Amino acid sequence: MTLLRLEPRGEASRAMVYATPLLAVALTLASGFLLFWAMGFDPVKALHAFFIAPLLSLRGLGELAVKATPLVLCAIGLAIGFRANVWNIGAEGQLTLGAITGGGLALAFYGEGGWWLLPLMIVAGMAGGALWAAIPAFLRVRFNASEILTSLMLNYVALHLLNYLMHGPYRDPDGFAFPESRLFEADAVLPLLVAGTRVHLGSLFALLAVAAGWFLMARTFIGFQIKVIGLTPTAAGYAGFNQKKIIWLTLLLSGALAGLAGLGEVAGPIGQMNPTISPGYGYTAIIVAFLGRLHPVGILLAGFLMALSFIGGEAAQIALGLPKAITGVFQGMLLFFLLATDVLIRYRVRFGAKGIVGRAAA
Amino acid sequence: MSAELALIGPILAAMLAAATPLLFAALGELVVEKSGVLNLGVEGMMLVGAVCGFAVAVQTGSSTLGFVAGAAAGAGMAALFGVLTLLLLANQVATGLALTLFGVGLSALIGQGFVGIPIADVPELYIPGLTDLPVIGKALFGQDALVYLALAAVPAVHWFLYATRKGLILRAVGENHAAAHALGYKVIRIRFLAVLFGGAMSGMAGAFLSLDYTPMWAEGISSGRGWIALALVVFATWKPGRVLLGAWLFGGVTIAQLHVQGLGIDIPSQLLSMLPYLATVVVLVVISRDVARIRLNAPASLGKVFHPDA
Repeated sequence: MTLLRLEPRGEASRAMVYATPLLAVALTLASGFLLFWAMGFDPVKALHAFFIAPLLSLRGLGELAVKATPLVLCAIGLAIGFRANVWNIGAEGQLTLGAITGGGLALAFYGEGGWWLLPLMIVAGMAGGALWAAIPAFLRVRFNASEILTSLMLNYVALHLLNYLMHGPYRDPDGFAFPESRLFEADAVLPLLVAGTRVHLGSLFALLAVAAGWFLMARTFIGFQIKVIGLTPTAAGYAGFNQKKIIWLTLLLSGALAGLAGLGEVAGPIGQMNPTISPGYGYTAIIVAFLGRLHPVGILLAGFLMALSFIGGEAAQIALGLPKAITGVFQGMLLFFLLATDVLIRYRVRFGAKGIVGRAAA
Repeated sequence: MSAELALIGPILAAMLAAATPLLFAALGELVVEKSGVLNLGVEGMMLVGAVCGFAVAVQTGSSTLGFVAGAAAGAGMAALFGVLTLLLLANQVATGLALTLFGVGLSALIGQGFVGIPIADVPELYIPGLTDLPVIGKALFGQDALVYLALAAVPAVHWFLYATRKGLILRAVGENHAAAHALGYKVIRIRFLAVLFGGAMSGMAGAFLSLDYTPMWAEGISSGRGWIALALVVFATWKPGRVLLGAWLFGGVTIAQLHVQGLGIDIPSQLLSMLPYLATVVVLVVISRDVARIRLNAPASLGKVFHPDA
């Protein structure tokens, strides 16, 4: 630490707020290059298959929107909570519950649906996610239990619940004991938006969530309260802001959005219930939220980038026989690099021995 | 000997084994948190420890080397966390989450050639006379060495924290890093060492799962035990002795879940699998209600960023 020192900046660097995500992406690509090379693949070919090839066809671009949809929906909700220091790590479980409640309706009204079924499923999906998020909210507000740990435990509970349903009540009666439900009927499936792709109405909901999230945070008093509570809880206390109300609000909101994401998956690209609804969207959404700087527009961009890592992982698996797990490694690396380079926002890197101590950071 | 009595031995033995990974990981995390650092990456470090331990044991044929490799891999992951949070001042919550996400992917990547490969079971201890004791003999004196190592770690950690000068300094750093820094203690170095220790313990916990408890490699083999270990530290209000109590409690729940069906109670297995996670939530709630006690025992600087120049 004597050769390389961190000197606090007088104020946070605005330029670095925008530069560090790009820097993190560049460092991830460089590390990916080395990783592919170390694994014995042609790194240029592998990176091309991973990050470029999926963007070159309409179908690929459509898949990008399909995968970005649940990520953006979950991340918008999580980010609003993170702003208030409410650490909801349970988006995965809330997404699963949204699929269970919303998708359950599709199965319950099998053969007797109508135009009303889809709106009802959407409401049920959002309610299911919000209900699952209400548990950590209640336990935090009433009993002071860490929402990080309770929401996370509920992810496992939700997964086992889904597994139980798929082996019992939700199973297709004509499915030869396979843990899959019947295919949803037309009344219970989200309409497609772009012909020749799988882009569905859920993508529109994600865009709406981005706009609504921006409006909430930038233009309303609630958004102001959320930001103050996150930055200086004591000041928020003096100002008389109700911290408990904000915990409830942020958790219910992110639960509802995650539930909508789950319903969107089963009523969209999947079209039925099965035990593997999500390849970890709820967890990846945490990365999306941070990479997007907890800002709705940033999250939209970050959502597409992370969606690309899912699609690229599948593409590289098919084209080069790369293991699928590499997607998770890329996602983790990206978050590491972002967190590491974020130091540049508030500190300057100085070489050499200690000189004059800089002013304290704000 | 009646049939019920004959069951006590195996159940006790299974409970002790189920408690062992939790004990390793939670004791490690307890030391980390006592130094003022919150590392939420236990699950990720555990998984990487599990796969590296398994891979080395398969390659070398030595489970001892496997355990060492597991500990080293856990410490390596922890070093990554230490560099980010202690040197680059990254947010500890976010970095810990990143460590787990990264660990899940990395362990699956390393382990893909090892799925379904069998491995020789670690030999159990045999002490003539004691192990042959009826009912409790095999449970208390016939376990694998790692089970005893985890048990021995409880008084060792307690002794280090409360009876040695180094332990006192570590706790001082966790209570008030500014004051400790003013007194001339190397806050960052001390915290880095604590983080490395926590990582090694998590790695051992993982290696115990893949080499001894299961014994095999499967993706996500830790299935949330790292998170349960984090909850255990809160449950124990940062006291090593109570970590042991908590680990036995959760070991008991895990085993109960396996035995309920054996007793002829008809509950679907998927619902029974929820038990350890639900128990964790319940225990967290019960313990967290006592805000005063948590405040009194939690290290005051827990999770706060330290920069000597700021």
